[in-house]
Amino acid sequence: MAILVIGEHDNAVLRSATLNTVTAAVALGQDVDLLLAGSGCSNVAEAAAKIQGVAKVRVADAAHYAGNGAENLAALILDNAAGYSHILLPATTWGKNLAPRLAALLDVAQISEIVGIEGPDTFVRPLFAGSVLSTVKSSDAIKVITVRTTAFEAAADGGSATVESLAPGRDLSLSRLVGRELTKSARPELAAARVIVSGGRGLGSGEHYRTLLEPLADQLGAALGASRAAVDAGFVPNDYQVKQTGKIVAPQLYIAVGISGAIQHLAGMKDSKVITAINKDEEAPIFQVADYGLVGDLFQVVPELVAALR
Amino acid sequence: MKILVAVKRVIDFNVKVRVKLDGTGIETANVKMSMNPFDEIAMEEAVRLKEAGVATEVVAVSCGVSACQETLRTALAMGADRAILFETDVELQPLAVAKLLKLVCDKEAPGLVICGKQAIDDDANQVGQMLAALMGWPQATFASKITIGNGRATVIREIDGGLETIEISLPAVITSDLRLNEPRYVSLPNIMKARKKTLEIVRAETLDVDIVPRLRTVRLAEPPKRQAGIKLATAAELVDKLRNVARVI
Repeated sequence: MAILVIGEHDNAVLRSATLNTVTAAVALGQDVDLLLAGSGCSNVAEAAAKIQGVAKVRVADAAHYAGNGAENLAALILDNAAGYSHILLPATTWGKNLAPRLAALLDVAQISEIVGIEGPDTFVRPLFAGSVLSTVKSSDAIKVITVRTTAFEAAADGGSATVESLAPGRDLSLSRLVGRELTKSARPELAAARVIVSGGRGLGSGEHYRTLLEPLADQLGAALGASRAAVDAGFVPNDYQVKQTGKIVAPQLYIAVGISGAIQHLAGMKDSKVITAINKDEEAPIFQVADYGLVGDLFQVVPELVAALR
Repeated sequence: MKILVAVKRVIDFNVKVRVKLDGTGIETANVKMSMNPFDEIAMEEAVRLKEAGVATEVVAVSCGVSACQETLRTALAMGADRAILFETDVELQPLAVAKLLKLVCDKEAPGLVICGKQAIDDDANQVGQMLAALMGWPQATFASKITIGNGRATVIREIDGGLETIEISLPAVITSDLRLNEPRYVSLPNIMKARKKTLEIVRAETLDVDIVPRLRTVRLAEPPKRQAGIKLATAAELVDKLRNVARVI
């Protein structure tokens, strides 16, 4: 039996979360195929064929896959699931939307956001916002799994998979994409960034967020993140938010500026390799997880930090 | 239009959860239980749709132990018209819950089901999508805005990198994200009124539904704790540590 990975993309570019998912699939020790559904996505298929560890890329190209809706995708995967013991998706908003729908159609459980693999049917996954790690054993014939991307390395380039086309399924016409408002940024995306500079309520305004943190992020080539307080206060859009039920990050370096460290925020970033906190409140919970803490006025410390980095 | 809202009883989000010493479960003795916060948001949205004249009736459903009646009473106090409990002592996993909810949908024929996007205990994020699949309905997960009109729902969804707007036909399943609304506080008069509303209890075992768990928990453990590090006095010191000790920049 082989393993099937479902690739995430926007019809132009394969999302990097797919690479981490392939690594988890390879760890299961069987041949790995990758299924892509999209519209005019041949560039994505070419990129996918170069991922090390992928044996075959199977592509369904049709207009009704353009919007990536779960209804048509789940039906397509169901039709092409024969011969696979495991179906893996990244635990991104896209994968989380699709995987349970597929699992229910297959009448199997779905195993959410695995962070470890102990055997072909045994997986480790977090509960209670990461406060507990649960090892679960599945009794289903097909395991449908979402993979927490920060727990697995990205698969490297250098493969040469065959590419075959799949017959598209019919359009169920249940859902229509009206539009997307995506944050345009030249910075790396949060989930894949090596360094993240993250701001909280302590910054006081969106203006301060930009004038203080952008130079720091520029200096470090970092992605920008935020706490819930900063998002709720309107400093930055919601997709900046690092949190337990959304964006989980694990960069090499996480710099928390003016973030007190609510448990939901800590759950979203505590697997970062090195955590640095800048906060004027010595008692802030963020200091309990920070490798390096600077107690002080961020309006003074951050410009000093930028200067010291130059 | 009738709206069905699924609510789950979970350990309150303020409680620090602990694994039992033998690793077989979570300490639940004397622990405060509440409605799952995302389900509160789902409930609030349904009540607002009724107040706006879009919905005619709001039915709250829960699945689990007898004590879930308390959670349903909270839903009734928030504004649900009546409630249904599928009672069982069996551990219910998301697929089983979706199958029980399918039974209610088959019987009640709601125009819309709203669920929380995920429960804060098992963090599964599955039930809404599974129910939509079993019903053959469209789904709109992680909703931050819902507009209903002409037999369709327009939903703004929170996705990685921003927002997405989709239009789905009804009936459908929508799951709520954090920013959909801010749930109301329940008032004492409404708590009193909720006691008189109908709460139907059905034993799940009497139904022709497969609710046997598919996943077995082998063990539970707490992850290794992160240790607090050192406090530094200046930005220059910090840069030195990051460059020469941690070697991350």
